[in-house]
Amino acid sequence: MIRTHRLTPYLFVAPMIALLIFIFGYPIVRIFEFSFKQVRGIDGPWVGLRNYELVLNQPLFGEAVMHNLQLLLAVPILIFISLLVSVMLYERVAGWRLYRTIVFIPYILAVPIVAVVLKNVFQFNGPLNTALRSVGLDALALDWIGAPSVALWTVMMVIIWREAGFGIVLFLSRLLSLDEEILEAAELDGANWWQRLFRVILPQMRGVVEFYAVISVITMLAAVFSYIYMIGRGGPGTSTMVIELYIFNFLTRNSLPGVASAVSVMLFLASVVLIFILFRLRSNAMEADLA
Amino acid sequence: MTAIKRPYPTAAAVVRKNSKPPVTLGAIARHIVLLLAAAIALSPGYFMFTTAFKSQEEYIFNKIGVPSQVVFDNFRAAVVDNPFFQWMANSAILAIGAVMISTSVAALAAFAIARMRFPGRGFLLSLSTSLMVIPPVVMIVPLFVLYAQIGLMSTYHGAILIYAGLITPFSVFLLVSFFRTIPTEVIEAALIDGASPLGVLVRVVLPLSGPPLVTLFVVNALYVWNDLLIALIFLPRDEMRTLMVGISVFQGRYNNQIPLTMAGMILASAPMLILYILFQRYFIRGLVAGALKG
Repeated sequence: MIRTHRLTPYLFVAPMIALLIFIFGYPIVRIFEFSFKQVRGIDGPWVGLRNYELVLNQPLFGEAVMHNLQLLLAVPILIFISLLVSVMLYERVAGWRLYRTIVFIPYILAVPIVAVVLKNVFQFNGPLNTALRSVGLDALALDWIGAPSVALWTVMMVIIWREAGFGIVLFLSRLLSLDEEILEAAELDGANWWQRLFRVILPQMRGVVEFYAVISVITMLAAVFSYIYMIGRGGPGTSTMVIELYIFNFLTRNSLPGVASAVSVMLFLASVVLIFILFRLRSNAMEADLA
Repeated sequence: MTAIKRPYPTAAAVVRKNSKPPVTLGAIARHIVLLLAAAIALSPGYFMFTTAFKSQEEYIFNKIGVPSQVVFDNFRAAVVDNPFFQWMANSAILAIGAVMISTSVAALAAFAIARMRFPGRGFLLSLSTSLMVIPPVVMIVPLFVLYAQIGLMSTYHGAILIYAGLITPFSVFLLVSFFRTIPTEVIEAALIDGASPLGVLVRVVLPLSGPPLVTLFVVNALYVWNDLLIALIFLPRDEMRTLMVGISVFQGRYNNQIPLTMAGMILASAPMLILYILFQRYFIRGLVAGALKG
């Protein structure tokens, strides 16, 4: 520890505090205030719970929330794919570094680029359906983007395609830091591949998997805007409407910041719950590491 | 995060090497899974590259094959009618500006939190760290109203400030955990030589902080470069469009001209793909370290 004048540390942290208050503190206070006001332009009269009533009574909001919840299905799929591929890579098969480079490429590409390319891949008369038809799988050649019942699942596949790259590389780096002597001891004791996987490797992966699960849940609930906006702006119809786009539309298209704030408050409270879960997991993981 | 390196193979490794035949069923299964994963990861790229060199007419009847005749018209049309390089320059201005501000602010704060004793430092770190999880969309409504009021809408500095704020919790988090690992003697020695705390930070600590600074640059610049939401709302003027906003406009303009669209996507993805291939190690290490530290 450096011994300094009593006030010096505060001078060092002051710029950070100012910046965080401006970008996080001020807006978070104001969304609560705005959510009880009918804001026109920059301010407006208090209207009590009217914004919340309006939002909660609008079927579109319920639909948007449902869509975000449906996207949560991607989380176990992402974890499964990431575990499968990272464990395969950990076995150090020939060329594992090249494989790692390749599977990480989707994550390097920006979401809007990914969305535009894959949207065209999934067009009704696009390359995917052409390939499916050419091998006689006409029944699988769905209208991936244009059919309201399919579109959200197509978005989910696009999200998985890009985000899995991060999970794989994250899990692999955890695997590479495992103590190999335990594995070798298990192998000498005659444990087969499956036993080593389930009894030795996976238990040690618990912390990183839980962490990735929480991060992915946050992504599905509150960080899919770019995918949704680029693939179909919430359409066809309202079939891919999500909470973020709902806020965006109320702010920019309908110019109703009060209503947009009511939704922001609910999303904020949901993320606070997730922060608590994340902190609990982190401290558990640290205790486990120390034990 | 690297494997534990040993100068000689351990007993188990020797047993493993000698007891297994070179090709096993397990090894084949492994390669099948990995080849499949690689094929899925690469196939959209294959589609993008082959389609971009096809003529509009050829694409209608040849969706998945290689182009029978390679044409460059799509690239010419994409560049001539769309200011791709202007968009990239705008994105670069925002990314560099935000990273510079955030890194400076975070370095000062992280140094105090990691190396000075003062009431509230633990609280400050947990509060800042927990902000990493707040979705940016939560903050945009009041900032939109405020920016319209004080004239920061459609300005680079206004947008840079938002990006700098959003990436700062991560910058602080990463730098605190790194600054804690710097040996106390190094800092003490500089203080005895008469350096001020700021002098120690600038002349001693930061020169030792190469790896975390590279990580911060990769993670944060990529975040700003890839963002669509903030740029869409706070930079509505045409000449200020970022690459991501430009892509959304571009896609709408050439709805049915898929080869042209793909040529545009190649141009748009080129900067990051080239950087990734050149500095792959920093990308992987940076993005993973960002998630694992702490």
